[in-house]
Order: sequence, then C-alpha cells, then structure tokens
Amino acid sequence: MSWIENYVRPRIQQLVRRTPTQSDLWRQCPACGQMIFHQDLDRAQMVCPNCSHHMRIGAKARFDLLFDADGHDVLTMPQTPADPLKFRDQKRYTDRLKDAVNKNGPGDALKAAAGRIDGMPAVVAVLDFAFMGGSMGAAVGAGFVASVRAAIERKAGFVAITASGGARMQEGILSLMQMPRTVAALGMLKDAGLPYIVVLTDPTTGGVSASFAMLGDIAIAEPGAGIGFAGQRVIKETIGQTLPEGFQRAEYLYDHGMIDMVVTRAEMKATLGRVLSLLMQPTRAVANLPALVADTAKADAAAPAQAGVALKPGGKASRARATEPKQPETKQAEATKAEPRT
Amino acid sequence: MLTPLAFERPVLELEARIEDLRKLGQHDDLDLSEETQRLEAQIEKSLAQLYGKLTPWQRVQVARHPNRPRALSVINALIDDFTPLAGDRLYGEDEAIIGGIGRLKGRSVVVIGQEKGGDTASRVKHNFGMAHPEGYRKAMRLMDLAERFKLPVVSFVDTPGAFPGIEAEERGQAEAIARCLQKGLEIETPFVAAVLGEGGSGGAVAIAAADKLLMFEHSVYSVISPEGCASILWRSAEQAPEAAEALRMTAKDLYDLGVADAIVPEPVGGAHRDPQAAIQSLGDAIVSALGETEAGGVTGAELKRRRRERFLKIGG
Ligand SMILES: [Zn+2]
Repeated sequence: MSWIENYVRPRIQQLVRRTPTQSDLWRQCPACGQMIFHQDLDRAQMVCPNCSHHMRIGAKARFDLLFDADGHDVLTMPQTPADPLKFRDQKRYTDRLKDAVNKNGPGDALKAAAGRIDGMPAVVAVLDFAFMGGSMGAAVGAGFVASVRAAIERKAGFVAITASGGARMQEGILSLMQMPRTVAALGMLKDAGLPYIVVLTDPTTGGVSASFAMLGDIAIAEPGAGIGFAGQRVIKETIGQTLPEGFQRAEYLYDHGMIDMVVTRAEMKATLGRVLSLLMQPTRAVANLPALVADTAKADAAAPAQAGVALKPGGKASRARATEPKQPETKQAEATKAEPRT
Repeated sequence: MLTPLAFERPVLELEARIEDLRKLGQHDDLDLSEETQRLEAQIEKSLAQLYGKLTPWQRVQVARHPNRPRALSVINALIDDFTPLAGDRLYGEDEAIIGGIGRLKGRSVVVIGQEKGGDTASRVKHNFGMAHPEGYRKAMRLMDLAERFKLPVVSFVDTPGAFPGIEAEERGQAEAIARCLQKGLEIETPFVAAVLGEGGSGGAVAIAAADKLLMFEHSVYSVISPEGCASILWRSAEQAPEAAEALRMTAKDLYDLGVADAIVPEPVGGAHRDPQAAIQSLGDAIVSALGETEAGGVTGAELKRRRRERFLKIGG
C-alpha cells in the first residue's frame, strides 16, 4: 500500500465527504498511525496491514474467527453477587459495572462458547479487555469454572483467550480468590484428561497472568502481546531503571522460554485445530486421518444452506458428524482435494 | 524500642512518663510504685480502647509494624529441630521465602514462610519479603516433599507482594506464582496457612490457597495495597485510608467474607508489644486447624477434593 492510498486518500476523502460516519469508516493503527479502511481491517481480522499490529478484539470476533462455519453455542454464564463489598471509590462499583454493560452488552468480562475448531470439539473462553480492562472478579471466576465444566461435559478441549489488567480490585480479596478458583477448575480439566490451550493476547498481566493464563498445556501468544506479572510503571518505580527493548512482549517471553509459540491471528485457528487434534486423537490411525478431513470438507460443501439450521441448538449436527461411520476408501480422493484448506 | 505508630501517641506519652518516673526513683530513692502502677493501668486501658476500634488503615500500620512476629521468629519459637532447606533446583536460593522441615509440638511438618527481615541488613537479605520466581519454585518443591512423606504443610504469609523486577519477569514470575498456587491445590496432604502481618496480593495467595486460612487479629490481606488502590482509583496515594476501608482487608473482613477460617487473637496493644504471647496463640491455632482438617482420618485425596471444592465456590 502506498503512502497516497494509506494517508492522503483517507484525508482527502475526509475533506470531500465529511459525513457523520466518516470516523467509523477509517481506523488509525495505534502502533504505526496508519489510517486503515474498516473493510480492509475487518478482512485482516483487525491486524494492521501495514505493520502487522494485532489490535484488541472482543469475544464475538474471537468466536467467529476460531469456530467452524457451521456454528457455535454461546454459553450462559452463571449469576454472581454484583457488588459483594459495596465498593465505592470516586464512583460506585455498581455504576462502573453499569457503564461497562452499556458499552459492551450484558454479562461480564468473560464470555464462552462451545463448537468445533477445524472439526475438533472445543470450548473457548475469552476475556474481553473492553469490559473493565478484562479484570477478574467473581463473575469471571464463576464463568471460567462453568466453561471448564462445559468442556468436560462435551469432552471438548478448553481454549482460554486472555486479555486482562489483572484482578478486579473493586471486589477486594474475593477477586484475589478467583486466582485459586480458576486454577482449581483446571484441576478438574486435568483429571478429565482434556487439553488446555492458552492464547495470550494484549495485555495479559497481574492476577490473570499469575493464575490460569500461565498454566496452559500449550501456551500460545499473539505477536507483540504484552504479557507479564507486574506492570511496567511499578517495575520502573521499584528498580529505578529503564526497561529493556521489547520487555514483556510475546517474543520476549518466547526468548525466555515462557511460551511455546507466537502465532499470528491469521494462523490461530489452524494452529489450535492441529494442536487439539494431536492431543485429543493421539492414536488416530493414519488411514482415518484423511477420512475425517473429508468429512469436514463434505459437510462444508453441503453446508452453506443448512449449517445454521443443523447446528442449533446445542451443536447436535456436529456431534452426529463425529460419530458417523468412516469410509476410508471412498473418501481418500476427496481428502487430497480438501487438504490445502487446513 | 518500639517503632512508634502515629495513632499510638497518647499511649507512648504515658510510657515516656513511666520511664521518667523510673529514672526519678533511681536518683531520689522515692517510692513511685503507686504512681507507676496507676500509669500502667491507664496505658492498658487506652491500648484496649485504641485497639478495640482500629480503623482499617491503622490496622495496615500495625500489620506492617517491624516488631511484629515474623516468619523466622515464629519458626524459632514454634518449630523444634527446624532444618532449613534451600534452593529451587532450577536457578537459585531466594531468602524472601524461608523453607524447611521441623517439628510443631512433636509432629514433623514442612514450613514455608515469607520473611520481611527485622533490620536494614536483614530486610535487604530477605528482599523485604518480596519473592522472585525461585522463592515460589522452592515452595513448590517443599510442597512436593511434604506430599511424598505425608507431612502437613504450614505456611506463613507476610509480604508486600511478589517482587516486581526485570529478572523476576524474565524468569517467569507469573508462571511461578500460578504453578505454586496449583501445587498447593493439588497436594494430598494437610495444608494450613497463616497471615502474620501483610498478605500482599498474588505473591501471598501463591502459598496460601490452603485447607484452612488463619489470620492474626491485626493482620491484613488484600488484592492490592491500599496505596496502590488509591493511586489507581482515587488518583492519589494519599487516599490510602479510604482505600483500606473500601477493600475490606482486615482479618475480621476476611472472616466475614468466608475467606479466613479463624482469627488468632493478639495481646492487648498488638502482637508487636508481646510477640512471644502472640506466637504461642498462633501455635495453638495451627495445631487446632490441622486437627480440624484431618478430623475423622480423611485421606489425602479427600483433602485435595475438599480444598478444590472450597475454591471452586469462592466468591459466589
Ligand atoms: Zn500498524
């Protein structure tokens, strides 16, 4: 993309067609400052086409990005006490919650859904940074436990996508207790023999990083994501030194052996699908592999019209598909065609 | 010499007067015992009054008092044959967390304690009780040891928080805390934690997700320091007293919220006035908490199950 396209064009268009929706059509990359047309940005999954900066995205966008096109079920999160401490600073906590709900819709910072990722059954729980900085209080903790239970019920892999400033201090000690709570939930998942994959996104810090976010069987991070325990300002004040280049970034954690891989948003679904398959189908016979891929391909080919109907409610269709008898011979050919898809 | 707390000034003035009387008595051969006794009674009364209605912020000051019982003094007084064990077997030895084996009233236990240090030199040595990842990984190693030999784990919490530094981050501070927390939830052996002074956030909970949580009467335990909370939510650390109140961080608060299981009473005027008496009460409380935990001869697996259930529900 040229300078004219990226900078001058938006400017000129802004001048020429100054409609109220202009600012919605263009978005500036917070990393490189480039103006990006919203459709281009959507197509790029909110990754800057200029500098590859991975912008923050919410739960719904994550679900759409990761789950197979034949649908997913958004899980109902449990109700929890709204303001256990009657906390009030300059503002009431209940008012802050109301503001967050008005901006982001009902619920709290954690959303979860069940479906399939490249055919593999998965429950995906997403912390949404837009909801009070993705902070963890009882609602997030209870939601996390419920999501893990849903994964166990469905014999599904569990994927947590994190973005959080840490504990929700307006819930005081009860927010801190969500650390052992989420870790205890992972114990159930471990007992059930199901995989736990963490996708660390920008930013993941404090009590969230020091609990479930760092306990993945596999730890993946998005490029450039800020990940750490302590905040950079606190560290600077404590040690009185400047921080090294790239400190607490995904690549830095990778270099220090703290995560398994840094994966772009574009490759995330395929990576999760592959990892889940490797962990959940460890003894799958070689001959069966193409058959399963073919199943998916066939379903997809036949699906567009039916998918929405077939999968609601409860993803019954996908369960049915998984139990379909395999016919390796006839499906081999289809599998070869389908391969580049995955 | 006690480090003075601002709100104790009336008492400190009375104490100074007693001291003056004593000096006077030595020189002039006067019998001032009656006056001294009167003043002592007055001190006792004002201390009881002061400590009967401490504000949360005052309690934070008491909880951080340098003369309070600290992990090492508690271990010295309560644990016989204490044998320190060092190192995480991965990187180094972290003296912010003391660990070892010893006997509590005759019974072998594994002890893990955060030590702030008492004077400048020992504070530096123990890094003010702020552990690096090595401290948490040592704690995990000791929990494994406890499980292997079916020994109870007793932990003492007293930290402003895990150390916020470049190296701590590089070596995985968040991961170390998370794994330590996980280890504590998984061990199939009794686990009792006691907050001595200050339970500071993730760095504290890492060694405190136990079967029973005890808190000294004037200890505090919070998700964030009142100063930190005030500087974020009130945009000024000067609002720390308000934050201390809003956070509900005192022993009584935690007991009422169902996070702490028991409050260990302190001598009148706080544990820093009579550390040994406070430590003896703590010893009794730990023994009875272990007794409750193990009542009916539960198996290790059952302990683990109950501990998990406890935390799966916490916060509603
Ligand atoms: Zn950019």
